[in-house]
Amino acid sequence: MELINKWPEYHKKDVVSHYCPGCGHGIVHRIVAELLEEMDLGKEAYLVCPAGCAVLAYLYLDFDIIESAHGRGTAIATGAKRANPNLFVISYQGDGDLSAIGTAETIHSANRGENISVIFINNAVYGMTGGQMAPTSLIGQSTMTSPAGRNPEVDGYPLHITDVVAQFPGVVYAERVSVSSPAGVKKTKKAIRTAFETQQEGLGYSIVEVLSPCPTNWKMDPVTACKWVDTDMAKEYKPGLLTDKREEKRKEKG
Amino acid sequence: MSGNHCIAEAAIRAGCKCYFGYPITPQNELGEYMAANMRKNGGVFLQSESETAAINMVIGAASTGARVMTSSSSPGVSLKQEGLSFLAGFEFPAVIVNMMRGGPGLGNIAPAQGDYFQSTRGGGHGDYRTPVLAPASVQELADLTVKAFELADKYRTPILLLGDGMMGQMKEPVVFPEPITDLPAKPWALKGRGDGPSRYQASLILDGLAMERHNWKLVRKYKEMAEQETLFELYKMDDADFAVVAYGTTARIAKGAINRARKEGLKVGLVRPITLFPFPDKVLQKVAQQVKNFLVFEMSTGQMVEDVRLALENERVVIDFHGRPGGIIPTPIEFSRVIHRYYRRM
Repeated sequence: MELINKWPEYHKKDVVSHYCPGCGHGIVHRIVAELLEEMDLGKEAYLVCPAGCAVLAYLYLDFDIIESAHGRGTAIATGAKRANPNLFVISYQGDGDLSAIGTAETIHSANRGENISVIFINNAVYGMTGGQMAPTSLIGQSTMTSPAGRNPEVDGYPLHITDVVAQFPGVVYAERVSVSSPAGVKKTKKAIRTAFETQQEGLGYSIVEVLSPCPTNWKMDPVTACKWVDTDMAKEYKPGLLTDKREEKRKEKG
Repeated sequence: MSGNHCIAEAAIRAGCKCYFGYPITPQNELGEYMAANMRKNGGVFLQSESETAAINMVIGAASTGARVMTSSSSPGVSLKQEGLSFLAGFEFPAVIVNMMRGGPGLGNIAPAQGDYFQSTRGGGHGDYRTPVLAPASVQELADLTVKAFELADKYRTPILLLGDGMMGQMKEPVVFPEPITDLPAKPWALKGRGDGPSRYQASLILDGLAMERHNWKLVRKYKEMAEQETLFELYKMDDADFAVVAYGTTARIAKGAINRARKEGLKVGLVRPITLFPFPDKVLQKVAQQVKNFLVFEMSTGQMVEDVRLALENERVVIDFHGRPGGIIPTPIEFSRVIHRYYRRM
């Protein structure tokens, strides 16, 4: 018998997940662990986990991890990478973290072209605090702080922050994917691999936005939540490549 | 050399590898010196997008074991308080410089000592303190900058170097120590797991009992520092029957005032706390066996005076206060008049 799917070396065994059924975090954690093993990067990996549901990522991932204050992930990642460029630095953040309280850190780390990889989990809601409206919440989306649905006249519009930073010369690779279907999971792994390769080559900033289901706070069952990602969320945040400047960066660097 | 340049040079000699900062008067020369000198020595200089980002970059660099510094002035240091609380929680060493200016709010850019409470009480959220060093000369800026890095590593804590606009701008001769190359090992630092087990650094401690243990652990550390690291200067206290208590710039001015008063026959001396936290209470208690009248000078409306009162709460002494907040720099003549006034009432 041939072993075709083994437990990833950089994912802890025998741990009980605190993530809700149908949550996308576990899938992305596994992808990160698999890629670090496949790309032989786990020994020098340094991941910044955010204030948010993924704050406990170190319970599951088995390489060096630091926790961040809410929104400061890419500032911490900047400090670590600048102090020790041999580290392979990943900032793992949610939508409230990256596109609300951490907007300045996100914009400026991207604009500096920091040689780090950012994984941005967009589930259009504040998960850990119990389902409040996020900058990425859809128009009409009912949350604990937009009970009548997000009204752009008072709540503003869904923020497309990955599209914003993709415009910067320092942002070498940006792609939006989803983990709501097997095909989406495969694309997500491929995108995160490209992001990791970008950092490995020393080309600069890479970011992968992952549209991810949050059945608990959306008050849906996991199957309906995945469908909602594919229909409603994907309509607002169209999956696909947002920028790929790897070739020109390679030429710049000679 | 100016005070701000001196701190920067001393930090580089102390093995500071990374500096992150954001411009604010009156400490800009410090960041500018770092910009001119850090990178050419293989170090890191980065002008951040905000004070908040700077202190979080400090956290990132400190987590890898590097000696790291940031500097600012009062309003900017307020923005750094989030990071200071995290540094204390993580137990990461780092040096934070505050060259105080008048406040509250934007206040002004003149020298002041209004951040004493924020500095010594742990200015961010949660149950912690930040040890504070308060130099009073350019030479001491150099010496205490080096000391700050040593203490930060030894006790795994952020250390505040607390000066003011005048300390930063004034120029005096200074003798620097030889560059330090032999830095302490930091087995806790995150350097990638390599072939060993993975590690994580967290300040989230959800279990109440574990959080309580962590809080008391920090207190034990501060107590040890109080026993081992408390610094102070006694000036003309041998035969004194009246003691002035002042730190930093105010202490320098007080020395001038004391010299004037001495010429007029008043037996006045100075107790100068150099560590503001831990505060030299035992020294004051010892002085209180000899002197019954204390006069506290500050460039504030009265902050350190509370620590003097706490230190001497069981002594039968009189404690008076004279303060000039708002960026006003008192003169030795003003202080000597005040000394005369309280001395006569003794």
